[in-house]
Amino acid sequence: MMAVPGPVTAARLPIRSDADLAWVRQQVRQCAADLGFGLVQQTKLVTAASELARNTLVHGGGGHVDVTPVTRGVTRGLRLSFADSGPGIRDVELAMTDGYTSGGGLGLGLSGARRLVDEFGIDTVPGRGTTVTVTAWAPGVPTARPGL
Amino acid sequence: MTALFPGRPTAVPILALGDTLLVSLQGELHDGMAEQLQQDISRRIADSGAVGVIIDISGVEIVDSFLGRVLAEIAASAGLLAAGTVVAGMRPAVAITLVELGLTLPGLTTALDVERARELLAQAAEPGTWDRCQRGT
Repeated sequence: MMAVPGPVTAARLPIRSDADLAWVRQQVRQCAADLGFGLVQQTKLVTAASELARNTLVHGGGGHVDVTPVTRGVTRGLRLSFADSGPGIRDVELAMTDGYTSGGGLGLGLSGARRLVDEFGIDTVPGRGTTVTVTAWAPGVPTARPGL
Repeated sequence: MTALFPGRPTAVPILALGDTLLVSLQGELHDGMAEQLQQDISRRIADSGAVGVIIDISGVEIVDSFLGRVLAEIAASAGLLAAGTVVAGMRPAVAITLVELGLTLPGLTTALDVERARELLAQAAEPGTWDRCQRGT
């Protein structure tokens, strides 16, 4: 699989079904590969995206994800923003605890996803919905090593 | 991966190798397919009397907490039906990611590839050795 680095454009993907989860995973992997993420980094980001997209579907009753390429200096990254208009999260701190679950899962979705990305933010209003935004950065330009 | 039947994901094939069942997961696995697989494997064990199940995940690019739970539950239900389960061929990037996710799946027996998984199951066929295999000794 040779990913040709190409322009990565922002996109909004719906999250309404199983098949959408698979599509989100594929798109995130493609974007991460295009941005120069390594294999382990791609795998971490796609796994985080899968956890968060499933939360959007199962707990939020469906929604969408905005996939946006971002830059910070010379470093390129990918920002994913998962939004639903579901019941929201009453106690964010509790929901972020390893092992806490409200949906019969393993309770690793939020807390696990947070460990797999560089930046993690959550915005939730009970009764209004939840938006989880994560960012992962591709490795920067390697620093020059003397003697090489 | 498009389904042959629109709206209904295609089932994952289960092959029989002697008294072992072999399942090879490839690419994108929809949640519904994973749950269907769990039921299909249990039924096949009960029908065929298989004593071992090998799940080859070398073609799987990511294992999230949902698929991890399905794998653990397949192993648990196969165990109740007197069959041992070995998950074979996990990619290194998947292993690293699972650890950071917090999902180390302690109840799951793993092997680097299908060949080694078959050896593990063959050893286990000798009475009393399966427990030792599962403890990794």
